[in-house]
Amino acid sequence: MIVVGVLSCVAALTALACLAVSANQKRQANTLIYGASAAICGVGLACALAALYSGAASTVILPLGLPWLGMHFRVDALAAAFLCVVNVGGVAASVFALGYGRHEAAPQRVLPFFPAFLAAMNLVVIADDAFTFLLSWELMSLMSWALVISHDRTAENMRAGLIYIVMASFGTLALLLAFGILAGPDGLYAFSSMRAHGLNSNYTMIVMLLTLIGAGSKAGIFPLHTWLPLAHPAAPSHASALMSGVMTKVAVYAFIRIVFDLLGPIDWRLAMIVIGVGAVTALMGVLYALMQHDLKRLLAYHTVENIGIIFVGLGLALAFRANGLAAAAALAATAALFHVFNHSLFKSLLFFGAGAVQTATGERDMDHLGGLIHTMPRTAIAFLVGAAAISALPPLNGFASEWLTFQAVFLSSTFPQWGLRLLAPAAGALLALSAALAAACFVKAFGISFLGRARSNAAQNAKETDKASLTAMLGLAAACGFAGIFPGLFTNLLAPATQFLTTSRMPVQAMAAPWTPLLPVAASHNSYSGFVIATCLVIATALTASVVRAFANNATRRSAAWDCGYPEASPTTQYTAGSFAQPIRRVFATIAFRAREQVTMPAPTDTGAAQFLLTLRDPAWDFLYTPIGRSVDFLADHFNRFQFLTIRRYLGLVFLTLVFLLTVLVLWA
Amino acid sequence: MTVFALDMSHFLAGGLVLLSFTLLYQDRLPPLINAYAIQSLFLSLSVAWQAQIQHAPHLLVTAGIALCFKAIVIPLVLHRLIRNLRIHRTVETVVDIGPTMIAGMALVGLSMALMMRATSGIDVLAREDLAFALSVILLGLLIMVTRRNAVSQVIGFMSVENGLILAATGAKGMPFVVETSVAFSILIAFIVIGIFLFRIRERFDTVDVAILDRFRGERL
Repeated sequence: MIVVGVLSCVAALTALACLAVSANQKRQANTLIYGASAAICGVGLACALAALYSGAASTVILPLGLPWLGMHFRVDALAAAFLCVVNVGGVAASVFALGYGRHEAAPQRVLPFFPAFLAAMNLVVIADDAFTFLLSWELMSLMSWALVISHDRTAENMRAGLIYIVMASFGTLALLLAFGILAGPDGLYAFSSMRAHGLNSNYTMIVMLLTLIGAGSKAGIFPLHTWLPLAHPAAPSHASALMSGVMTKVAVYAFIRIVFDLLGPIDWRLAMIVIGVGAVTALMGVLYALMQHDLKRLLAYHTVENIGIIFVGLGLALAFRANGLAAAAALAATAALFHVFNHSLFKSLLFFGAGAVQTATGERDMDHLGGLIHTMPRTAIAFLVGAAAISALPPLNGFASEWLTFQAVFLSSTFPQWGLRLLAPAAGALLALSAALAAACFVKAFGISFLGRARSNAAQNAKETDKASLTAMLGLAAACGFAGIFPGLFTNLLAPATQFLTTSRMPVQAMAAPWTPLLPVAASHNSYSGFVIATCLVIATALTASVVRAFANNATRRSAAWDCGYPEASPTTQYTAGSFAQPIRRVFATIAFRAREQVTMPAPTDTGAAQFLLTLRDPAWDFLYTPIGRSVDFLADHFNRFQFLTIRRYLGLVFLTLVFLLTVLVLWA
Repeated sequence: MTVFALDMSHFLAGGLVLLSFTLLYQDRLPPLINAYAIQSLFLSLSVAWQAQIQHAPHLLVTAGIALCFKAIVIPLVLHRLIRNLRIHRTVETVVDIGPTMIAGMALVGLSMALMMRATSGIDVLAREDLAFALSVILLGLLIMVTRRNAVSQVIGFMSVENGLILAATGAKGMPFVVETSVAFSILIAFIVIGIFLFRIRERFDTVDVAILDRFRGERL
C-alpha cells in the first residue's frame, strides 16, 4: 500500500516538527531536523516513483475528521507525479538547509514549521475528500505563513505576511465554495462521489472560475499574484525555494485535480479563459521580473511567469480534450506536467543560489553585488545552469518542456473552433516573447550579480558557501541537465498521469540509445534530441577553446580597462540592473507599468549631482487592490455610524428587519 | 375536538392580541401595567384551556407560573417600582397613537397572511394560535420601539414573551422543560432589569432612555 507509505512519511514529518518544537535549543537540532527531513522526503519520493511505475491507485480511509466522512487518502498517477515534485523539492531544500540553516539567527522560528510545511504539502496531494483537502491546504498556507514571518523584525516582512494570509484565506474561500458546489445538495464530500455525479454547464463554469481564482491565487496567476513577490523573498531561502518551487505546484495540482478530474467535461470556451490567463500571466510575470533589482523578488516574479506557461499548457490540454483530440491533449498535459517538474528543479536551484549569495554578502539587491564569480565560483556555476534552464536554453530541461508546450501550440490548427485557432497561436507568440524576455532577465540577474566588479565591500569579501548547500545546488543543476538531455525518460514516466487526465498519452519514447530523439506527436513531426545538442555543444565548446588556445598569445598582459575616456573607473560606473533593463523598460513598461523617467540636470555652473528619477506603477494594485481597499474603507466609514445608535434605534432596526423579512416571506410566490 | 373548544381557544388568544393593542394605546404607566396584568391573566387562561383540550396536565404548571408571576407578582412589583421611582404620574410622550395603532393593525394583518400561508396543512388549532402569537410578539416589539420610558420597554419585552409562551403551548408536544426554563429566564431578566432601573435612576435621576442617550455623548 503506497498511500500508507506516504502517510507514514507525513506522520514522521509531523513528529519531526513536534520534536523541533521541543529540541530547538540544542546545537545539533539543525542537522538532525534537516537530515531527517531529507531522509523522510527520500522515502516519500521512493513511494511516489513506485506508484508511478505500478500505475495502480491505492486508497485508504482513516476514521478521523468528520465522523460520517472519515479522511480519504488516495495515491493515483496524478498524485504520484506531484508527490515526486514535492519530495524532490523537499530533499533538495533539506540538504541545502543542512548548511544554510546554520546561519539562521532564530532557528526555533523556522525548524518546527519546515517539516510541518512539507507534511502539509504531501497531505494536500494525497487527500481524497474535500474536507481533508481543505484542511491540509490551510495547514500548508499557515505553515508557509509562519515561515514568511519568521524574520519578523522588518515591517516589510510583516506586511508581506499580512498580504499573504489575506490572499491565502481568500483563495481557500474560493476553493471552499467550489467544493461546496461540487458536493451538491447532499454534501457528498468524497472525491469519488464528486466524480460520480456530474454538474450542469452553469455550475461547471462557476466551479472552474472559482478554482481558477482559488488555486490560481496560490499559484500566482496575474493579477492574483501580488502576495507572491512579497512573501517568497521574505521567507528564509530554503523555505522560499519550497514556496516558489513546490507550493505553487501544489496549487497547480489543485487546479488539475478539480478541473480535469472532478469536474468532468469542460466547454472549450472555458479552456480559452485558462489559455488567455496563462499567456497574460507569463508575459506580465517576466515584465515585472525585468523591473526588479532584488534577486529573490526577481525569482519570485519568474515563478509567476512559469505558472503562466504551465497554465497555457493546461488550457491547451482542456481545449484539445473538449474537442476529443486525445493525443494532442496528452501532449499539452505532458508539457504542463513536465514543466511543473522542471520548474520545481531550477526554481529551487535559483533560490538556493540567491540564498547562498545572501548568506555570503548579506545583500539581495543586485546593485550591491557583482564579481561574485571570482569569490563564489561554484555557486556561480550552479546559478548559471539554473538561469540557463529557466531561460529555456537547450540542452537543459526548461527548453525541453517549453518546446513540448510549443509543439502543442503548433497543433492548434486542428481545432474546429476559430476562437481557439486564433487564440492558441497568439498565446504561443506571447510565450515566445516571455521566453525571450526571461533570457534577457537572467542575463541581467547573472551578469549584474556574478560578473563585472564588486559594487560593495560585502560582495568583494564574499566567501564560497558551505558544502551541504553546494551539494544541493550542484545536485539540482545536474538534475536539470539530466532532465534536459533525456526528456523521454520523464515523459514516459508521466504517461500514467496524462492517461488519467486525458485518456491518452504521448507516444512511448524508445530509450534505445541516448541519442534517440523525443517525438511528441509522430516521427513525421518535429523531434528533439537533447543528447545530440548537448554533444554538439560540448564539441563546439571544446573546439573553440582549443582554437583560442592554439592561436592566442600565452603571455599575460595587464592594462587599464576601457573606461569611456575617464580614468579611475569606479565600480558604480558599471552597468546596473536598472540600466540593463532600460531598453526593455522603455518598450514595454511605458504601457504596462506607466514607467516614467525624469532627469534633473544641474545648472551649467552648478557642481551638484544630476538626478534620475524612475516611477513605476503596478497595474494589479492600481486597478484591482487599491479600488477594493478604498471601497472597503468607504463602506466601513459609512457603516461606522451604526455603532453609535441609541438602544431604541437598534431595536427599531431589528424590528424593521424582522418585518421586512416577514413581508418578503408573505409576498414570495 | 368540539367547535366550542376551538372557539374558546380562539377567543382567549384573540383576547391577548386585543390586550396588546391596549398596551400599545396606554400612555400612562399604571394602566399600562394593569393592561399587562390582564394580558398575562388571559395567557394563563389560554394555557389552562390548552391543557384541558390537549389533555396535557403539565401545561397547567405553565399556566400557574403565568398566573402567579406575570399576572400578580410582576405587576405588583412594577407598581411599587414606579411609585418608588416617582414616575407613576408622568405621561409618556410616545409616537402618535394613531399611526402606531395603524402600524399595529398592519402587523396583525402581516402575521395572519404569513401564518395562514406558512402553516397550511397542519392542525387548525395550532394555525390560528400561531398567527395570534406572532401578532402578540410583533406588537410587543412595536411597543418596545415606540416607547421611551425604560419601564414601558420592559413591559413590551414581557408582552413579547407572552406571545412566545402562547406559540409554544399552541404546538402539541412542546417539552415541559423548555416552557419552564423560558418562564424562569424571563423572571431572571425581570429581576436584572429591575435592579438596573434603580441603578440607572440612582446615577442619572431618570429612567427616560432619551435622556440616557445624552449621557452616552453620542448623536441622537
